[in-house]
Amino acid sequence: MSSAANGGRARRSRGPHPPSAGASGQRAWFHKPSVVPGFGLTFGFAVTYLALVVLVPLGVLLLRATGVGWSGFVQTALDPRTLAALRLTFGASFAAATINAVFGVLLAWILVRYRFPGRRLLDAAIDLPFALPTAVAGLTLAALYSRNGWIGQLFAPLGIRIAYTPLGVGVALLFVSLPFMVRTVQPVIEEIDREVEEAAATLGATRLQTVVRVVLPSLVPAMLTGYALAFARAIGEYGSVIFVAGNQPYVSEIVPLLIVFRLEEFNYPAATAIATLMLLISFAMLLFVNLVQAWSRRRFGYGS
Amino acid sequence: MEISVRNVRKDFDRFPALHDVSLDIRSGELIALLGPSGSGKTTLLRLIAGLEFPSEGQIFFGAEDASARSVRERNVGFVFQHYALFRHMTVADNIGFGLTVRPKATRPSPKEVRRRVLELLDLVQLPGLENRFPRQLSGGQRQRVALARALAIEPAVLLLDEPFGALDAKVRKDLRRWLRDLHDQTGHTTVFVTHDQEEALELADRVVVMSQGRIEQVGTADDVYDRPASPFVFSFIGQSNVLPVEIRGGSALFGGTVLGAAAEPDGPRRMYVRPHDFDMLPEGEGGLAGRIVVARRTGGSRFCTVDLDGVPIEIELPHDGSAVRPGDRIAVRPRRWTLFDNA
Repeated sequence: MSSAANGGRARRSRGPHPPSAGASGQRAWFHKPSVVPGFGLTFGFAVTYLALVVLVPLGVLLLRATGVGWSGFVQTALDPRTLAALRLTFGASFAAATINAVFGVLLAWILVRYRFPGRRLLDAAIDLPFALPTAVAGLTLAALYSRNGWIGQLFAPLGIRIAYTPLGVGVALLFVSLPFMVRTVQPVIEEIDREVEEAAATLGATRLQTVVRVVLPSLVPAMLTGYALAFARAIGEYGSVIFVAGNQPYVSEIVPLLIVFRLEEFNYPAATAIATLMLLISFAMLLFVNLVQAWSRRRFGYGS
Repeated sequence: MEISVRNVRKDFDRFPALHDVSLDIRSGELIALLGPSGSGKTTLLRLIAGLEFPSEGQIFFGAEDASARSVRERNVGFVFQHYALFRHMTVADNIGFGLTVRPKATRPSPKEVRRRVLELLDLVQLPGLENRFPRQLSGGQRQRVALARALAIEPAVLLLDEPFGALDAKVRKDLRRWLRDLHDQTGHTTVFVTHDQEEALELADRVVVMSQGRIEQVGTADDVYDRPASPFVFSFIGQSNVLPVEIRGGSALFGGTVLGAAAEPDGPRRMYVRPHDFDMLPEGEGGLAGRIVVARRTGGSRFCTVDLDGVPIEIELPHDGSAVRPGDRIAVRPRRWTLFDNA
């Protein structure tokens, strides 16, 4: 731990100082001379900030996780309860992000393309999941979807229970991740040239063909960005889920909650091990999405 | 295909864009819609394409009323000002798009589409670029791809919106000539919009001059230049001078000086004269006397601004070796002119 902190400090101390004449020659490979001044200063501040806010906490987490040793880590990771929680968290997040990819784009499309009464109100409502305390959202959803709630009682006769089941987790994640999708895609839809759609129409394409072959491909990069953000948000969500999920071990228990349980048991090694595992999986998935996105952006051009 | 626009009116939110416009376009003709911005030329083009619908009036394709048909049923080739290429598709996919979206029954096989695409690429002189993406092409190349894409559907009519607007001067000139050749080769009925009179006069069989939502004149380059139908056409196409004149007893007078015979009723008129339609007169032979304010030499002629007692006119004199300097007194007489009523 101390070595990491030292390394961080050493890196930080170099940044804010303007490069000396001697150093600039050696650093040419790192930063090409530019007409915009202040690279040293801004880069230094940026890295310092990132380190303080993100990198150091994550570094400490990884370091703590190594405390349990490899076998301990594997044992914690392969614990059936951990695996069930991981499956639920990633599965529900994946489902929520995917559903929002469809309906979020639809919402963004309506907001950009049509003028109707209440449009601004609807537009503002998209942001509510951003602003609402997640616990409030969780309680509201639980009340709505429980067996005698407004929506829950519609499904109860069909034998479908939503609140206090994995389905409830999905509903909560849908709620919190929606704005990420809409807000990412919206500006790109605004940017799409009307003439491109008209061109498709003059060439004889039906409306459906125009949307599928011309409009949607140009939205792919932005949809992937929105997907990654929505997915990441869903994985990390805690507050709203715990109220609506029921939190039964092996059934409707999400990973963040499992971590909290381990902490309450003072089982810090297990908590950090699970957290690290989650971090690694998230990182791998986001990296994958970003690679796909970089590829599609190179290809499609829009939304870059 | 012949196209007939009959008494078309178009309003945008009660703001009139076209008033009662009628126009007949003959099969195989190359027609230019010429006018300043806001004259309604692009609106007329979009109406023909079916991208807008007329508030009143009809548009006939051949004998058939096309007014109610949607864009995709009209089979028009439309080239947009900024090309509107599909940027996520290769050049080949762009050009072939119109063929691949056809209903299954009439859709050519992929092999046939490929053959057509390569053929069209040859036609627009871009062989070998089929696998590029639009952003890897220059402006002139994009323009040609857009044209090939429009031609791929074998359109009844080819419509081009400011086809050379976004290109630099050199490319513009080359493409203009090339488009004329292409038209002669393929024989498509073609309508293009431009605000550049030189482009319209050089390229088109007939020019439609528009202003403020109305057609001012339809005619060949000679018609609109030599026999302009309205003061607007006279002053919009080429350079012009306006002299306030009086008709009295069959003669046109400017400030008491007789300029020539005019078989019109007595009264005030406005006389429009081209700068090159003035003759310089020797000293003491009457005509319009004035003082040269500015003299510029351009190529084989000399442009002078002459002050006729407060009325400035532009004249173009053939350069005959005699030096003309600002401050000199000069006498000129218009050789050809057109008279219009005082509006």
